[in-house]
Amino acid sequence: MSAIASSKAVTVTVNGVEYEREVEARKLLIHFVRDDLDLTGSHIGCDTGNCGACSMIVDGQLVKSCMLLAVQADGASIETVEGLAEDGELTALQQSFSDHHALQCGYCTPGMLMSATALLRTNPNPTDEQIKKALQGNICRCTGYWNIFEAVKAVGS
Amino acid sequence: MLLREVEYARPASVAEALAILKQHDGARALAGGQTLINVMKARVASPDVLVDLNGLDDLKGIELGSDGTLTIGAMATYTDIAGSAEARARPILGEVCLTIADVQVRNRGTIGGNVCSNDPTNHLPPLLCAVGAEMTIASEDGERTVAAAEFFLGVYLTAVGPGELLTKLTIPAGKHDGFAAVTLGADGTCIANAAASLNGSLRVALGCVDAVPIVVQPASAAEDAVREAVRGAGLMPPSDVHASSEYRIHLAEVLAVRAARQAAERS
Repeated sequence: MSAIASSKAVTVTVNGVEYEREVEARKLLIHFVRDDLDLTGSHIGCDTGNCGACSMIVDGQLVKSCMLLAVQADGASIETVEGLAEDGELTALQQSFSDHHALQCGYCTPGMLMSATALLRTNPNPTDEQIKKALQGNICRCTGYWNIFEAVKAVGS
Repeated sequence: MLLREVEYARPASVAEALAILKQHDGARALAGGQTLINVMKARVASPDVLVDLNGLDDLKGIELGSDGTLTIGAMATYTDIAGSAEARARPILGEVCLTIADVQVRNRGTIGGNVCSNDPTNHLPPLLCAVGAEMTIASEDGERTVAAAEFFLGVYLTAVGPGELLTKLTIPAGKHDGFAAVTLGADGTCIANAAASLNGSLRVALGCVDAVPIVVQPASAAEDAVREAVRGAGLMPPSDVHASSEYRIHLAEVLAVRAARQAAERS
């Protein structure tokens, strides 16, 4: 019988680094990553599962980390926006966001980058429709969608 | 947002999950969490124990029988269903799953969670009523099977009782299905929807117009017959900021016609 508990020892690998922490069952993954692991690149926009600013890639799948408990991620390999650039070298997608001025206030950017990264991994040459569909779960309240779309499109083609 | 304190279990088998659900009155199954976690934030639901089903591979299978019967585990995600070669035997399922919310939600949200939450705006309750799905509900006392049309009992209420778990959905063979919806933005929440299945006789299930899907059986897929059947249902849908009751009645009729047409035209 598995233990029923209000807290649990959780081991996760985030951007290649392993962390072990005791976590309350009620803690959302986004709070765990931001507050306990001090990785504040992923943002909390709405906290209702709508905006996508908290998007992360968990075991290869794009998820909104405000709708996952941290204890559910035990054993998982997690990728956040901090893990994209290597040794200060931006990914092609990040560079393209810069080149296309694909951010205004920047709040949605970490989520947009993770969603677009997940798309390009499985579909390196997406159509316009596929790009739009892939970014549907990410809201930009500056409404700067067009430059974001162009930035993703430029990397894809 | 901080959730109310809750206990958590990650059972290693369906039997263990059922035991925990039976032992704890305040226990609740956690499927994809794309609804439950959010209603917990709002304190609309406050389970004492969350029984996480995500480790149970027995609930994730998608199998196609030799007679074309499709069996889908309750924990199959929308992404699983849309990408499954077996599920393509009933193409409407994957097509509709791909219009639910967004990539992130589709990667976590499950068919079982969608039907068990029975939000009247959900896509799958009317679809599963139209295609004549059967739900298998397990408890420590055994299994029982409930037809989709009898599964949905009220808003957020289904035939799955305390100590029980929806384990799989069985969908008979058939291809002539349709689905139509008017949503809040592309792939958004449904304002009204309709699913149709024309395999033998025509069955149309209307969503968002009552606490549960309303099933009507038009005499044919002809527009007049479908409109007449919907009118005969005496719908009294709620009004809200998105649509008045009268407008929802209008939409139900139009969407039923569209869904029936798609079912009839599908080869």
